[in-house]
Amino acid sequence: MSAGIVTGIDRRGFLKTGMAGAASLIVGFYLPGRIEALAATPAGAAPASLNAWMLISPDDSVKIMIDKSEMGQGILTALCMIAAEELDCDWKKIHTEFAPAAKEYFNPAFGMQGTGGSSSVRSSWDPMRKAGAAARDMLLQAAATQWKVDKSACRTENGVIYHDASKRKLTYGSVAATAATLPVPQDVPLKDPKQYRIVGKPTKRLDTPDKVNGRAEFGIDVRRPEMLYAVVARCPVFGGKAASFDATKAKAVPGVKNVVEISRGIAVVADNTWSAMQGRRALDVKWDEGANAAATSESISKLFADQMSKTGAEARKEGDAASALSGAAQKIEAIYEVPYLAHATMEPINCTADVRADRVDVWAPTQFQTMAQGTAAKICGLKPENAFIHTTYLGGGFGRKAGTDFVIEAVETSKAIGKPVKLTWSREDDMQHDYYRPASYAKIAGGIGADGWPVAWTTRVACSSIMEAWFPGSTKNNLDPTSVEGIGTLPYSIPNIYVDYVRTEPGIPVGFWRSVGASQNGFFSECFMDELAAAGKKDPYEFRRHLLDKAPRLHGVLELAAQKAGWDKPLPAGRYRGIAVLEAFQSYASQVVEISVDRKARTVKVHRVVCAVDVGRVVNPTNIVMQSESAIVYGLSSALYGAITIAKGRVEQTNFNNYQMLRMDAMPVIETYIVPSEEKPTGAGELAVPPLVPALCNAIFAATGKRIRRMPIRPEDLA
Amino acid sequence: MAIQFILNGKPQSVDVPANMPLLWVLRDTLGMTGTKFGCGMALCGACTVHLEGEAIRSCITPVSGVAGKKITTIEGLSPDRSHPVQRAWIEVDVPQCGYCQSGQIMSAAALLSQKPQPSDADIDDAMKGNICRCGTYQRIRQAVHRAAELHKASAGLIRLDGAEAAEEERDEQSVEVGGAA
Repeated sequence: MSAGIVTGIDRRGFLKTGMAGAASLIVGFYLPGRIEALAATPAGAAPASLNAWMLISPDDSVKIMIDKSEMGQGILTALCMIAAEELDCDWKKIHTEFAPAAKEYFNPAFGMQGTGGSSSVRSSWDPMRKAGAAARDMLLQAAATQWKVDKSACRTENGVIYHDASKRKLTYGSVAATAATLPVPQDVPLKDPKQYRIVGKPTKRLDTPDKVNGRAEFGIDVRRPEMLYAVVARCPVFGGKAASFDATKAKAVPGVKNVVEISRGIAVVADNTWSAMQGRRALDVKWDEGANAAATSESISKLFADQMSKTGAEARKEGDAASALSGAAQKIEAIYEVPYLAHATMEPINCTADVRADRVDVWAPTQFQTMAQGTAAKICGLKPENAFIHTTYLGGGFGRKAGTDFVIEAVETSKAIGKPVKLTWSREDDMQHDYYRPASYAKIAGGIGADGWPVAWTTRVACSSIMEAWFPGSTKNNLDPTSVEGIGTLPYSIPNIYVDYVRTEPGIPVGFWRSVGASQNGFFSECFMDELAAAGKKDPYEFRRHLLDKAPRLHGVLELAAQKAGWDKPLPAGRYRGIAVLEAFQSYASQVVEISVDRKARTVKVHRVVCAVDVGRVVNPTNIVMQSESAIVYGLSSALYGAITIAKGRVEQTNFNNYQMLRMDAMPVIETYIVPSEEKPTGAGELAVPPLVPALCNAIFAATGKRIRRMPIRPEDLA
Repeated sequence: MAIQFILNGKPQSVDVPANMPLLWVLRDTLGMTGTKFGCGMALCGACTVHLEGEAIRSCITPVSGVAGKKITTIEGLSPDRSHPVQRAWIEVDVPQCGYCQSGQIMSAAALLSQKPQPSDADIDDAMKGNICRCGTYQRIRQAVHRAAELHKASAGLIRLDGAEAAEEERDEQSVEVGGAA
């Protein structure tokens, strides 16, 4: 499952910084100059490239190159806001283009071009501001030179340069061509945040107009001249492969043009997607199901359970947890467990490829351009610079579209048939051949002192390693930080803590799923915190607040959420609430979930979710609110319905009828509150997923007295 | 065999298998990619279009079933994003990834053509067939109410019958509810 995922990238560059939230940090910064491919000769109406992100046309339009993938998280608008703030251009004249794959666009959080880990604003904040300030300085200089005055006597405002003394002005567009020939200045002073006119202001998304009339082009919408349409038959068992196949019946389906074997299965190519799907249905394939053919969810759960007696890789050690636990006045212990989860992006997986002798073009809804480029180049035996990655809008990403499996399939198919090919996955393909959020299993114990406060916490986690699956050799001492993030990072003042991890590989492909390890470990840790609070006879909010004395930002969001939810006020009869607070990707969130339970019908209704977030300095408050709403729904779908189960080595779920999503009629009211902050900006795309599940389960405990320790919530949990 | 229907107000003829779903005729044969593929089983609503003004799932509708009938897609809802639902969607900033929004908008437009002032329960009922994985439901609800207000505010200028704007002179100030074109 790991083979072939990473190709042609500088793995060391990646390793240096890591992908996991806790492990990632921004390293180094250089201001890239113009990109040759973009730097059209500044003549006529062609835009002049001031740096890798900013091009200005004679008509004063400003093109911002978007080097992050827009998958709904609002980064396109945020990047433009950051750029425009320092560039001081006219917001109404901005338009955008998705950047090609190029080293200038490497995300310093990863050492390659890619979008994930809620790193986009965090990693673009400095480079984009510096680029904007440098470009503005070049425009100023060009105008000053033309006027033969000193640059310091000139100023800019909204895309116009003024020399007030002589009452002259020039628009950015009129001097851009000259400015583009100047050397890129380094270390141009940045604005005082007090002067911000764009950053921090609620701003409408720039991509909305094209998303209300069908114009936005997603990967699945790409059309190329002479393009054919492909679907791929894959072995239903993970790790299996085609033993033999007979294409006779498939080729007899009207519209089917070709059937070719590729590394990941059998590609059926037709003159439209539907015919390709019909052809695949008619295809006879004998699968060699391989070593995983007997795997079941039960066998996997047992495999995890068997690891609990082992000693794992140490993730956290403070004090002497074992002794403190055995000496505690009260000791509680619990097993928590979560299943695999599919990403289920609304846009099914797809990729369009056109392989030629000297170049390969790939149109894809990819989160990782550098990996897509390296993959395509390697398959075609070309240098990476001859692999051209055209990033489209992504109809949802959530980590799924970081993969290169779809690039491999499309490029191999195009190469095999010598024509441009659009590969489309059906929803069934998507659900059954994902890189799943790992199933995980944890044994947690806590010791409470005579005063009701905790004295010890231990946890052993067993699950697959995402990092080893995607970047073999990238973890040290068998410790994958993504496997324990959200519990190894326990922020509470508990004197004795021990957390370890037993890497356990059941053979199911795993990957980054919105909020990654915190999606399950947040459930484990924040529900067990509730168990400790109850054991210590403390209010769940007060319990947390008291123990967050060394975590001021978590403390801040917790207090804000509790205050806005009215934690100190009684609820109407039949309503119950739960609370949780977690850090994710250097951002902080707390939620209070308000519910009612119909114990006869065995149903739960979520009425209201109050969410408080701290993401440092806010770029676009509107977007922070939207992302919180989005993440809460994502978490809620997983809690209420989310389970990918395994039988005979294959996924049992097929489509939205048996892998359900939250729908309009179950939507709670969501209120989001933002902690004002001048800390460095951090991400919001994943932040609000992890607290939802524990806050919900803690609310259900308040209603029923029953602890929920495995996902998803089942009817019997509500009886 | 050629199959004829009226697509966004204009006659359309396609030579495709009779059982080919309308979705793929629109997307692959005609290149109208605003209508989205999501599930292929009428479970998610991404492929919603209007058949004679009613919301249908084009992924399970054989093209033969629309022969001689009027189909409206997102591209035909308005020529300039002026449909009240589109205006409300922009005002409320509904879309995130945007992939499901063509279907959401077509479902909402069909709802408003039948119930110009829908209740929350009406919205639940009409919109629960459309999945949004980005979780924009709260804003969708708000935007449907807003679209209803926009419609009310321009009462008298709005047609509720899904009439064909393209076939008639278009009043500068008029907006349509219910998927004209």
